Amino acid sequence: MARYIGIRLGQLVFISFLISLTAFLLVHLLPGDPTTTILGPYDTPSARAELLKQLGLNKPLYHQYWTWIVNVLHGQLGEAFTTKQTVSNILAVALPIDIELMIVSSIIALVVAIPLALVSALRPNRLFDRSSTTSTLGMLALPPFVAGPLLVLIFAVSLHWVPATGFDRLSAGIGPNLKSVILPSIVLSFGSIAVYFRLLRADLISTLQEDFVTMARSKGLSTPYILFRHVLRPSSFSLLAAAGLSIGSLFSGAFVVEVLFQMPGVGYQLVNHIYARDYLVVQGLALVAAVAFVVINFVADFLLTVLDPRVRRA
Amino acid sequence: MPDPAHDLPVLAPNIGYPGSAADLAEATAGITAAGPTRARRPLGPVFWVSAGWVLFMILLAVLAPVLPLTNPSTQNYSAVNAGPSIHHLMGTDDLGRDLLSRVIFGSRPSLVIGFFPVVIGLLLGGFAGLLAGYRGGVADGVLNAVSFVILAFPALLAIMVVEQFWQPVALSKLTIMFAVVATPLLFRIIRATTLSFANREFVVAARALGARTNRILLRELLPNVVPAAMAFALIAVATAIVTEGALAFLGLSIRLPNPSLGNIINEGVNNNLLQSNPYIAVWPSLYIFVILTALNLMADRLRSAFEIRDVKL
Repeated sequence: MARYIGIRLGQLVFISFLISLTAFLLVHLLPGDPTTTILGPYDTPSARAELLKQLGLNKPLYHQYWTWIVNVLHGQLGEAFTTKQTVSNILAVALPIDIELMIVSSIIALVVAIPLALVSALRPNRLFDRSSTTSTLGMLALPPFVAGPLLVLIFAVSLHWVPATGFDRLSAGIGPNLKSVILPSIVLSFGSIAVYFRLLRADLISTLQEDFVTMARSKGLSTPYILFRHVLRPSSFSLLAAAGLSIGSLFSGAFVVEVLFQMPGVGYQLVNHIYARDYLVVQGLALVAAVAFVVINFVADFLLTVLDPRVRRA
Repeated sequence: MPDPAHDLPVLAPNIGYPGSAADLAEATAGITAAGPTRARRPLGPVFWVSAGWVLFMILLAVLAPVLPLTNPSTQNYSAVNAGPSIHHLMGTDDLGRDLLSRVIFGSRPSLVIGFFPVVIGLLLGGFAGLLAGYRGGVADGVLNAVSFVILAFPALLAIMVVEQFWQPVALSKLTIMFAVVATPLLFRIIRATTLSFANREFVVAARALGARTNRILLRELLPNVVPAAMAFALIAVATAIVTEGALAFLGLSIRLPNPSLGNIINEGVNNNLLQSNPYIAVWPSLYIFVILTALNLMADRLRSAFEIRDVKL
């Protein structure tokens, strides 16, 4: 086990290194450099040389990478040249929003998907199963930029149940906070509901055919008892693996949702700094987002090995 | 010969879709295929209706310039925010532009980004995956590691960043960027599928009979790999369409005033238009919903007809 964790941690560090290298090279090797955008109309050769020196861009590449990565490891991700805000400050304000979105939407997805899958798996291919399978397939075809406007149209514009845009922090009270988070979270949860439902349903159906379930039935145990005590746990491994991946993809979905609902999370900040061509912030935020994505998948993988020892042999 | 894909946990590709892990249980129930794959069940009407719809949409997009459509950028101030009518089947937007025409022209970048990179990925990744899966060796190890790293990076984020340094944004550049993401994905899928067949009896038998590598790859392995590759390719097309739509919605795909489904939705959301003229956002949303459903249904039918089981990526 310790060896396994060691190997996986090594992979994690290696991949994070490659990601940082990619993020760095993207910025430095592609045509065009930040001076053009920073200087704008004042783009003279001497001003340019001065700025390159100021930003440390006149040094050799490996030197620049080293300086940058050492700063990053010290928690200094650089600062926005447009607003002089540090990237860490931007993150400190923005990240909690993403975390809340992910938690609420994961809860919604699990709360909807697990009961649906349980009832469907008990009677596969009957009416309930067919209609839930079809409707979750439909949910897969509703990406955030489609589901978002439609739900806003229904619940905010027509019914006025929730505000169309904006975000109230937890400090404004739990009611307003939840009201501003619920619609974006539902939008984000659609994809996960479909994935969770399909995986869990298939695993449940195959577990229900095992001998130990027949045994439990013959002992006269009630169906709910069998489902929750005997069947659910051995059927939940692929669900868990998918949950890790899906939380990762929530990250991308969150970009659209935050822009649509005007919530100042990481995605919103990233997109706005892209519009402003503030490349240091983009580089920093992209690095953090990508590493977070990899770490989340790593944790999900690790949890899987804890629950299912068979994986370790792989 | 134990099948390496058999007792491992199954991971869907990292694209936010279920892959077919869901079908694994059904697919593996007691059946081990030996010999080239044939559809075990007919594909059924759902598949063909979906395929017909997708083809119809492609035709509309290709033929858009010669169809009797108003220019998607022509503004008609005498018919602003008009509802659907005989003149404008889907109505018009806030600038009096015909929505039917905008949706059809707007579908062109979505479909280009949806299909071209996946076709490129199928050709490059498929060829490399077939060879790497069958031969193994150093090249296989290197390709495998490279593709793993590319896929570890969230695609939407990577494309957003690369765009910033590769201005101006153009459809050809987007196609290349999407192909860079699609190729390693399809490589891994095809490699893993090939691996699961590489040591089956019929391949060993062919080798024992003295068949050349070319023959084994093309006549024994390829026919078995194609159905799985197609099923995943369809999901990849759907994912690419979603990603392009998200980019366009954020204003980071091709620029306005060129219509694209995502940026039409974005226009329909801004300036309180959702309230005054919901049609602007609704039609392109409906287009995306229907085409994604069709692609997902096709992939679904393919998987159950060929009993494709998942492979570890």
